Amino acid sequence: MKRRKFDMAAVPGNTARAVDDRFQVATPLRRLLNKVFPDHWSFLLGEIALFSFIVLLLTGVFLTFFFEPTMTEVIYNGSYAPLRGTPMSAAYASTLDISFDVRGGLIMRQMHHWAALLFMAAIVVHMLRVFFTGAFRKPRETNWIIGSLLFWVGFLAGFTGYSLPDDGLSGTGLRIASAIILSIPVIGTWVSAAVFNGEFPGTIIISRFYIAHVLLVPGLLVALISAHLGLVFKQKHTQWPGPGRTNANVVGERMFPRYAIKQGGFFMVVFGVIALLGGLFQINPLWLFGPYEAWVVSAASQPDWYVMFLDGSTRLMPDWEIHLPIGDGYVIPPLFWPTVVLPGILVGLSLFYPFLEARYLKDYRSHNLLQRPRDVPFRTGLGAMAVTFYVILTLTGANDVIADKFHISLNAMTWAGRIGLLLLPPLAYYVTYRICLGLQQHDREVLAHGVETGIIRRMPDGRFVEVHQPLTTPDEHGHAELPYVGWVVPKKMNRLGALGPAVRGFFFPIEKPAEAPVSPGHPPVEPRPEREEVGSGETRR
Amino acid sequence: MHTGQPTRPGQEPIDVNDPGLSRFDIVREGARRDDIEIVHYEEQVVPGSRAERRLVRTVAGFFLITGLAATAFLAIYIWWPWEYQPGRGGDKMFTPLLGATLGIALLGVGFGILTWGKKLLPKEVSIQDRHEGAVPAEDRVITSQTMLYMADELGVRRRPLLGMSLLAGLVPVGAVAAAPLVGGLISDPHKNNQMMTTGFAPQDGRKIRLVREDGRPIRPADISAGGQITVFPGIEHGVSNRHADSPTLLIHLRDADAEESRRNNERQGHGGYMWGNFAAYSKVCTHAGCPASLYEQQTNRLLCPCHQSQFLITDNAKPIFGPASRRLPQLPIEVDAEGYFVAKSDYTEAVGPDFWERP
Repeated sequence: MKRRKFDMAAVPGNTARAVDDRFQVATPLRRLLNKVFPDHWSFLLGEIALFSFIVLLLTGVFLTFFFEPTMTEVIYNGSYAPLRGTPMSAAYASTLDISFDVRGGLIMRQMHHWAALLFMAAIVVHMLRVFFTGAFRKPRETNWIIGSLLFWVGFLAGFTGYSLPDDGLSGTGLRIASAIILSIPVIGTWVSAAVFNGEFPGTIIISRFYIAHVLLVPGLLVALISAHLGLVFKQKHTQWPGPGRTNANVVGERMFPRYAIKQGGFFMVVFGVIALLGGLFQINPLWLFGPYEAWVVSAASQPDWYVMFLDGSTRLMPDWEIHLPIGDGYVIPPLFWPTVVLPGILVGLSLFYPFLEARYLKDYRSHNLLQRPRDVPFRTGLGAMAVTFYVILTLTGANDVIADKFHISLNAMTWAGRIGLLLLPPLAYYVTYRICLGLQQHDREVLAHGVETGIIRRMPDGRFVEVHQPLTTPDEHGHAELPYVGWVVPKKMNRLGALGPAVRGFFFPIEKPAEAPVSPGHPPVEPRPEREEVGSGETRR
Repeated sequence: MHTGQPTRPGQEPIDVNDPGLSRFDIVREGARRDDIEIVHYEEQVVPGSRAERRLVRTVAGFFLITGLAATAFLAIYIWWPWEYQPGRGGDKMFTPLLGATLGIALLGVGFGILTWGKKLLPKEVSIQDRHEGAVPAEDRVITSQTMLYMADELGVRRRPLLGMSLLAGLVPVGAVAAAPLVGGLISDPHKNNQMMTTGFAPQDGRKIRLVREDGRPIRPADISAGGQITVFPGIEHGVSNRHADSPTLLIHLRDADAEESRRNNERQGHGGYMWGNFAAYSKVCTHAGCPASLYEQQTNRLLCPCHQSQFLITDNAKPIFGPASRRLPQLPIEVDAEGYFVAKSDYTEAVGPDFWERP
């Protein structure tokens, strides 16, 4: 029998045919490869959150190999000399071991913490982008809700995570959390006892937080993130208005190869930045805080940044205690309002905002084109209001540090925060609204009269006028009204091609500069034929 | 097969098996079948040009940087002294060096890929139809009628007993699923009156001593006037988180302050809680439970560093600023026959953060 020659070149084709015979993937795969994505820098903010989450999973799994989530008391006997011989929980001792006795453990721990901060920051910035551009409108309300929930689940992931080491700082955070639970009317003490298995701190909370932090909360995050991405995929991404872009199409590039390659590169960049942060910038040096002891706290005890706004709201809350004179008397402590009611309102407002806005505007159509923030002043104003509110609370979360560093009275800081929280958000709304209107007006002005050239001309009668470059051929009155299409209006002459393109090359030009592009209806811009040195006219010796 | 899909005007479906077609023709046909029009497609660099060679060198450079940095990471990981030594050992640089090399390695591959994708690959503009609301109204009718027909098949409406009995069966099953979780977690918060007692509760009629962090009892002479010290119940595990509600601040007030303090205590019904010029107040903030530990001797104010509640010690620890609404509970103290401080009784009110059913 003659042996058949093995044809190497036919292997990929044969394999592909064999796979398609069995799974019929050719058509769906073609659709996937072809899917068009619009491109804009602001669409990449959410990706930072996604990539940070991947880094969180990778570094987190590493940490679980070495972390011991129990509150069993041990005597520390590791490398870190200042704490040797100190009684502490096994959780804290194993966190010290990760930092000092596991080779490369510290960078993993720090990368995990930095990635968590970046994850939350990217979520917030992404959410602001979606809000200010109206990307949450029909048909994407569901995805907005999932995104809002992701913030709060991420918040939970962060809190359960930084509580695990059981150091002096995180224990104080847990103590406050227990007080917040206690403040809930009627059921507070029962919920608190259920969570801590009795009185604070008990002996089991770290184990419970651990399973929440490594299984329940990440599981929820993975589920929500999958749904979030799936919906983006199914509903197709929104796009900015522009030439050829309509509500019924997507203008961009096909997903493969260029778009996907850029995503991959961007992931590596985010990963690299987290690695740099984790290696070069110390975070949560918990060996300095010592083990948690209920009677020890230091000044400047701040939570991670995304929890600080709750700390701030707690600090600003006046001491309004509600006493109900029924039976033995019942109490609603002041802690209840800024830490339970306020977050509840914030969750409700953010979840229902798309529906509230649609109802207010009576706008129930589908929108796939984004809006520039200036074109919807009331929404932009509301957003500015919310951001101001949040920033004031976050700053107040650090008001003791600010008071200390700038030598301001602590009580003055608190009062400034209380008054500022009421006055500044409405002011921010008004100012933002006016700025939006001003920007709109200027866009219209440029469309009607043209771009300012910076050339001042003196008229025969002595008046000075600025020469404008119209964007289109003007009519006999010198006016050229172009409609506004919701996209950037050129406002500088070089946007119209008045400057030649930059010469490429870092030290030496690598090619002859291309001809300046010629816009239709305009003469090409030519360089002056020869250049003379501008001088005083005297000959220099 | 998608031959039934609408074609763009002026474009006929092409035969992809035609040997005369270029590969790009087939790609374009595939895009067309997915309702995508490639309206613009252009090489960014001329093949073989200086610009292309330069970009290729840049990308290759990035990848080589990655290789170098990753190798450096491995070398540092293996050979650099990493074990902690007190003082300024070489280990101080271990984590920063790992971070720098890993960061450079990842950024190198990232920028290499980005440059490759952004600069070397052809640029394109494609337009895809969204097909939103493209579900024909007929399909909605068919699907909803199918589902209603399924409901008819089940016949719940005609046989109401089925539905009701199913509900009656499923509700307890749901409760069964929840029961172990709720039942297992639930713990009576008022068991042993734990919300109201601390480690200072007398045991078998024996009064509890106030001890320091190291467990030694305290004599009045140990604290100078104006001084303060954190004290704990002198019981087993008294100085530990098992008695997180017990840490107490023992303050030696100056004569004038003590006089004022006694008057104000009297007014609060806490007469006789002090011993001489010594007063003891719970260290656990009544707001959120942090230790209120910053004592300002000159003004006799106690500040909680978590949310800045301030308590005036000479006015029976009344909250005078910040979010706290309740006085710090006072521990009645005296000195026993051996001259050490003891608690006359436990705190006479709940210690720590406020809660709903606090009497």
